[in-house]
Amino acid sequence: MNNDIENYKEFLISRILLRDIEEYTKEDKEKLQFLRRDKVDDIVISVEYTSSSIIGGIEELFLAIEKYIDKDSKNYRLVKTGSLGLCSKELIIGIQLPGKTNLILRNINLENFQAVFESVFSKHVSSDYIYGQFRNVLLESWKGVSFIDEIAFFANQQRVVLDNCGRINPESIEEYIANGGYKSFVKALNNYTREEIAEIVEKSELRGRGGEGFLTGKKWKIAINTESNNKYLICNAGEGDPGAFSERLIIESDPHKLIEGIAIALYGIGANKAYIYIEEYNRLAIERLTKAINSAKEYGLLGHDILQSGNSFDIIIRKGAGAYVCGEETALIKFLEGERGMPINKPPYPATKGLFGAPTVVNNSETLINLPKIFEKGPKWYRAIGIDSSKGTKVFSLAGKVENCGIIEVEFGTKLREIIFRVGGGVLNGEKFKGLHIGGPTGRVVAEQHLDEVIDFENENIGENLDGGIIVLDEDTCVIDTVKYFEDFLKKQSCGKCIPCREGTRRISEILENITKKPVDNDNHTTLYRFKGVMQLETLAEVIKETSLCGLGKRAANPVLSSLKWFREEYEEHIFDRECNAGVCQELRTFKIDVEACTGCTICAKKCPTGAIIGTQKAPHFIVQENCIGCGICYKSCKFNAVLSM
Amino acid sequence: MFDINLILNKYPFVKKDDLVPILQDVQEQQGYLSEDAIKKIGEYIGIATSKIYGLATFYSYFRFVPKGKYHIRICEGTTCHINKSKLLITELYKKLKIRDKETTKNNLFSLEITECMGACSMGPVMSINDKYYTNLTLDSFNEIIDSYINN
Repeated sequence: MNNDIENYKEFLISRILLRDIEEYTKEDKEKLQFLRRDKVDDIVISVEYTSSSIIGGIEELFLAIEKYIDKDSKNYRLVKTGSLGLCSKELIIGIQLPGKTNLILRNINLENFQAVFESVFSKHVSSDYIYGQFRNVLLESWKGVSFIDEIAFFANQQRVVLDNCGRINPESIEEYIANGGYKSFVKALNNYTREEIAEIVEKSELRGRGGEGFLTGKKWKIAINTESNNKYLICNAGEGDPGAFSERLIIESDPHKLIEGIAIALYGIGANKAYIYIEEYNRLAIERLTKAINSAKEYGLLGHDILQSGNSFDIIIRKGAGAYVCGEETALIKFLEGERGMPINKPPYPATKGLFGAPTVVNNSETLINLPKIFEKGPKWYRAIGIDSSKGTKVFSLAGKVENCGIIEVEFGTKLREIIFRVGGGVLNGEKFKGLHIGGPTGRVVAEQHLDEVIDFENENIGENLDGGIIVLDEDTCVIDTVKYFEDFLKKQSCGKCIPCREGTRRISEILENITKKPVDNDNHTTLYRFKGVMQLETLAEVIKETSLCGLGKRAANPVLSSLKWFREEYEEHIFDRECNAGVCQELRTFKIDVEACTGCTICAKKCPTGAIIGTQKAPHFIVQENCIGCGICYKSCKFNAVLSM
Repeated sequence: MFDINLILNKYPFVKKDDLVPILQDVQEQQGYLSEDAIKKIGEYIGIATSKIYGLATFYSYFRFVPKGKYHIRICEGTTCHINKSKLLITELYKKLKIRDKETTKNNLFSLEITECMGACSMGPVMSINDKYYTNLTLDSFNEIIDSYINN
């Protein structure tokens, strides 16, 4: 069989894309099996190569593996894959021996990879490195190794958007097509009219994943019904939230699926040009998207007169420049027009008057990635997933103090408890669960009593905040500090157009700053004053919400309001007791030296940055509380555990 | 050598919406936006220099001073934050006496605080030029920075 994958273009277009599955011959199927790596003659080493694993050191490891393969006498096929979603088990490498299923190895590094590879070849692998194996009926499975769909992390997920992630080579259009890719686009183009496309999307009840949860089909219809020669589609893959990385990893792992989704949408809306907005620092995602667009053009799936249908589509990548407010659709349009990304009043909605004055549909990238599956399996199939008010699945980046950090996809209607404790594997190091933060800087903090809330756009506690990620907080995390962090972020990112948002976020940030600091005097009056500030937060939040133009301002006070509601005792502890039990708010910490245990070694006194520790050699030391800034250096440097944190 | 004309020639039918991509190209090649470059862009597109500054300062990506020999990026994403990356940042402020997007006087170090590098399982994360450092503690962080300072 011809092993040069790039020579499959003709075959993939004429025999796979343009024909029904029933018409495939035996020879076709064999070729597909080769491309899908269902049956292999060589040893296949698949390396998870993503932005996350690059930080973990995959670049060096990849070079080392290439060298190793060159020297070895066996035949190899080395492929890059995207992410399975399991960031905490990195570096992850799959090895597929001829006739055997793909074995997924975890925690691989430069030092151990040779030994682990050889143990795989001799079929005696230490369980420390085995994560699981892919299920494949055509191949012999490894004994005593669980299939990955049985492992809790995967078993409790439903993967519609992520189904290719970590399995296929994101840089190869051949593999994507061999795994059923672009078939939906060809089907849409050949079998349906424009109106039918929008009808199908509306019937699937797909809701926008960007935050508001507006029905995608409905939005499209507004744009379709607006008369204009020129229409645009904007794919928002900006994801400027700190702590969210799902869109970036999906694009890195399966860029063609987004391209296919965009192509279907362009056809449905009747637009010729789409812009993908993606932050500049997502280098690998941009690189793979560019490559995907170029190969789709080579295959005639983008560009002029696609598959002789008379449709011409073009996709342009526009790198973001670091403005969180550009996640708002009107601000994003301003950015693309070459202006400051400031939101404008709606209506007119972008769907009637958007980019360069033309009707523009702005869809989130996750929304668009759902389209190929909807067209492959039909709207009815899609509607069966999820619950009444929200259909389909939702992707989250799961991070913070959680065992399985990574990207996950769950059906709507899944409880938070299942996400944290089944998929996520519980709190990191078995610590106690305190709460979680969902939805990025404009999201909310919820507490333990909300673990039974379900993922649903209509849920009153979390429904508005399904964009972004889930951050798990444990007992060592201070809620006030986390909220302060988000408010600081919003303060920096407020575009400054609406004064209540610009000044209000600043005030919120100041009030929070004030209660995480040691008061200047011990007067009861200051305590009262600090408490008054917190009480006024609620009024302030209300004003910002009512008088701001865009989503950023309207939701800016969410973190504060939700934490005040569910973690009030923590606020009181900070204000009245001036304590931070999590030990995070440094300036609230006080230290004391245990006179019995102190040997007078003077280390702490030497290291103290403010000279707050006094005492002579070989005699117990003392801390002058007025000079102490609570940095904790003495606590860390004491070898006799004589410094006590209060 | 950096030549702005090579970038401008890529945009023969320049329109206003090409401004951000041009600025991005300049920053990518030059490392920052120099006054000279901004003036030339303004002449080329026909926009006042002040307008370009107005736009560029709105977006946090653009910097107006050259990067140092060692460009330090520290992640201040949510997970890195709850893993106490703030301690590292304040430590760096003290050590190098520079803030976000600034460069030391001897042009050795420049600092960039990023939103999320996407390696949340390994936080806090930092990169110096192309090398990444993960799971940082105050001690390991100090060791790394000191080794650069002493070299």
